[in-house]
Amino acid sequence: MRLRLLMAVLAALPVFWGAVLAGAAMAADSPRLVGPKPFTEVPSAPALPAEISDDVRKMRNYPEQPPVIPHSIRDYQIDLNFNKCLSCHSRRYTEQSQAPMVSISHYQDREGNMLGALAPRRYNCTACHVQQTNAPPLVENQFRDLDVMVSPPGGGR
Amino acid sequence: MTLTRRDYLKAQAAATAAAAANISLPAQAAPPGVGGDPTIKWSKAPCRFCGTGCGVMVGVKDNRVVATHGDMQHETNRGLNCVKGYFLSKIMYGADRLTTPLMRMRDGRFHKDGEFQPVSWDQAFDEMARQWKKTLKEKGPTAVGMFGSGQWTIWEGYAASKLMRAGFRSNNLDPNARHCMASAAVTFIRTFGSDEPMGCYDDMEQTDIFVLWGSNMAEMHPVLWTRVTDRRLTNPNSRIFVLSTYEHRSSDLADVSLVFKPNTDLAILNYIANYIVSNGLARKDFIDKHINIRRANTDIGYGLRPDHTLEQRASHANDAQVSNPSNWDEYVNFLKTYTLDYTAELTGVPKERLEALAKAYADPKLKVMSFWTMGFNQHVRGVWANHLVYNIHFLTGKISEPGNSPFSLTGQPSACGTAREVGTFAHRLPADMQVTNAEHRKITEKIWKLPDGLLPDKPGFHAVQQDRMLKDGKLNCYWIQVNNNLQTAPNTAQETYPGYRNPANFVVVSDAYPTITAMAADLILPAAMWVEKEGAYGNAERRTHFWHQLVDAPGQARSDLWQLMEFSKRFTTDEVWPAEILDKNPEYKGKTLFDVLYANKQVNKYPLSDIEAGFQSAESKAFGFYVQKGLFEEYAEFGRGHGHDLAYFDVYHQTRGLTWPVVNNKETKWRYREGYDPYVQPGTGYQFYGNKDNKANLVFAPYEPPAESPDQEFDLWLVTGRVLEHWHSGSMTMRVPELYRAFPGAVVFMHPDDAAARGLRRGSEVRVVSRRGEIRSRIETRGRNRMPRGVVFVPFFDASQPINKVTLDATDPISKQSDFKKCAVKVVPSQVAAAGEGRQ
Repeated sequence: MRLRLLMAVLAALPVFWGAVLAGAAMAADSPRLVGPKPFTEVPSAPALPAEISDDVRKMRNYPEQPPVIPHSIRDYQIDLNFNKCLSCHSRRYTEQSQAPMVSISHYQDREGNMLGALAPRRYNCTACHVQQTNAPPLVENQFRDLDVMVSPPGGGR
Repeated sequence: MTLTRRDYLKAQAAATAAAAANISLPAQAAPPGVGGDPTIKWSKAPCRFCGTGCGVMVGVKDNRVVATHGDMQHETNRGLNCVKGYFLSKIMYGADRLTTPLMRMRDGRFHKDGEFQPVSWDQAFDEMARQWKKTLKEKGPTAVGMFGSGQWTIWEGYAASKLMRAGFRSNNLDPNARHCMASAAVTFIRTFGSDEPMGCYDDMEQTDIFVLWGSNMAEMHPVLWTRVTDRRLTNPNSRIFVLSTYEHRSSDLADVSLVFKPNTDLAILNYIANYIVSNGLARKDFIDKHINIRRANTDIGYGLRPDHTLEQRASHANDAQVSNPSNWDEYVNFLKTYTLDYTAELTGVPKERLEALAKAYADPKLKVMSFWTMGFNQHVRGVWANHLVYNIHFLTGKISEPGNSPFSLTGQPSACGTAREVGTFAHRLPADMQVTNAEHRKITEKIWKLPDGLLPDKPGFHAVQQDRMLKDGKLNCYWIQVNNNLQTAPNTAQETYPGYRNPANFVVVSDAYPTITAMAADLILPAAMWVEKEGAYGNAERRTHFWHQLVDAPGQARSDLWQLMEFSKRFTTDEVWPAEILDKNPEYKGKTLFDVLYANKQVNKYPLSDIEAGFQSAESKAFGFYVQKGLFEEYAEFGRGHGHDLAYFDVYHQTRGLTWPVVNNKETKWRYREGYDPYVQPGTGYQFYGNKDNKANLVFAPYEPPAESPDQEFDLWLVTGRVLEHWHSGSMTMRVPELYRAFPGAVVFMHPDDAAARGLRRGSEVRVVSRRGEIRSRIETRGRNRMPRGVVFVPFFDASQPINKVTLDATDPISKQSDFKKCAVKVVPSQVAAAGEGRQ
């Protein structure tokens, strides 16, 4: 039952994205990119956007892109005493949390040696992994995924 | 809660698998999902963003960048990037890339108040040349200017310097790096007689104590922060001290956080020196042998317009840069003011934290690395702050050896390589030379194969002065490359925008995207960016690193280098050089500037066949010779043999960069120290050889108050800066959806009690108002920055909230770098304001 529901959501995704992109192309005039028009104007500030916390994993643009965080990280403690992210994502806790384990690339030190646990230099999770808001992109980005270039969607050669 | 989440994730995984099963896969050699696509070509390049200078590997297929990741072989980052770096693949692909020149037109010709219309490169350059020639004829070289960048490639900055100084005979050339690290650069020269750090990034793996003076490395130099973190978490002696006017992500990892009142860091620096001296812990032997002691002129003003009351009142506004010979006793006596009690009272920092920091510096068993960036440099006493931290390292002898390192971090990828080493400041020439020095000008004229006496001897307008002169109608032809100054200069509403729209001026902007600055210009030239051209950057640890052109620029977009060189063809020497110089040197008559600057048998010496197989260079193809190699080799002449040695051009394409001086193909990691630096003579221990007497200068200076402080009406301190996800003004990162959605707009970080006291809460819309201008924004009381009462932070990446309408154009009077970290503002609910002005 739940599975079917999710399938429906997934099927609807391309349509959703199409709509977002059409809107984005128009937003190229956005003051956030080109400033107030004229410069002397003081435009109002849009409301703070909502955080996306739907736990839906997003495909990466390419293999080494750090995955974005699909849940809230509000008030997460990452300091000398404690790292909240690791309390779900470290190897030891993933069975309990069912969260993805920190990639083993994160077990490598500067010299390329594999360590038994997270490399200290990888401790600052939020330097690479960021949460997303629901703010619609200001302008379309025409980056093309490698796989799309190899086999264009729709089966075209 | 865990259970619900687990169920959800499981269901989702199943759905994804099912969806995947329906995908038809193309026939290929390897099974689906297996790598090794031979049609992807991987090449190295430095990251396009900050001064850290990470290496990235760039995957290209069918003339497009399809993937990037950290370069395992690059010393700086060893495989890591920050979130911006990981998204480099997407920065060139915003749908609104500029692909054709655009000029303000009315009735088929240029008009200052016309609408932007596409024009050809010929039309664009015709109009530019007409404007430049008219201005040069009517007003002379001081009426033309250029604002460049620490994001220029080395050869772009070099070509620009030649065109401006030798071509147009104007020193009105300054980089946006003036806003970024002029205080650091100026102090290096004043202290060591040679610019840039003595240490290197390797210090991080060898030190014990990290002290951050006005530097939020966790967000602004994230990959260096990974190295600091690594050291802190693996070395039992390691401690991190973070000094700032508010707490941020770097404070999260600090052992001791010191939040001080704006500008009072000067007192903390002197307190530490006083602690060291008064406890008998100073290395007097080191001082006597290697250091001169000098006293700075005080009461030096704030770099505002000369008619400003604060300048009128200051006793040394006009000779701020002067320092006088002094001695140990005078210095020790001077320090006595900075007691623990006095300093704690002035700064608001608890005594035990001040003392802990002083002890860490003073302990001879501990190695100390001091870092600073914009908190020090964007400071009305930035040069002094830089001096005072060196003074501590001199007192303790903790300098020029692995792990003991005062280290000035830079903001931009080639702030060091281009702005400083090439010398694109209004007062500088390559290799630390100065335009005011006759001998230096002569050396430059000789290397450039140009007539004696050609180069102008007065410093040009620095960044803030350029804006003022544009507004006043004294600078009339202005070319801006690789920066977004209308968003990033201080006090833009009063001092920058009026100059751009002044009918007496013609303003040209070269950029890849339609920025706020481009939209205020008269002519926009579409620029190639990053791996669309062959480039070279120099990072904060003196590392020069190169990359090849990997893809073509879109449409008519051309590199800044091509633009500069092509434009030079439109001028003949007879049009722009004085007749007396040409009469004395008739062989230069009737030549174009291109001929004398670039086709001078040096720059055009290397054939296209020298380009590494498998790569191309659009500029070289256009001009018929290997432009980048010729420019670099001519430029490298300036530094070889005197402490700024660069390796041969081809070597850099084969390495992940080298830290200069590169002597006998060996890079130098630590300067001025025997055993590490080949320029230091055996038996001397240290030689600060940038100065003729081989000694460094300890220059002492007091605490002085900022230019503007909060009062009853404007009752808050405003601090501006960056956020992790966005690079500077956001023109690249705001176009990457993942980065944009991570931090979509500027907000006002404020203490919750300050918000409550104004009837505000998180999300409230507010006006941020100063005596100069205002923006509207939203209140943020949570998140990464924790503000003390009375201080707000607003990032500058959002063009719709140009916070620099609000900031003050006060500068350090010596370095002329603006202070973006302190001015007085009020924050009021926007509805109240609207009601006051007659709401609909």
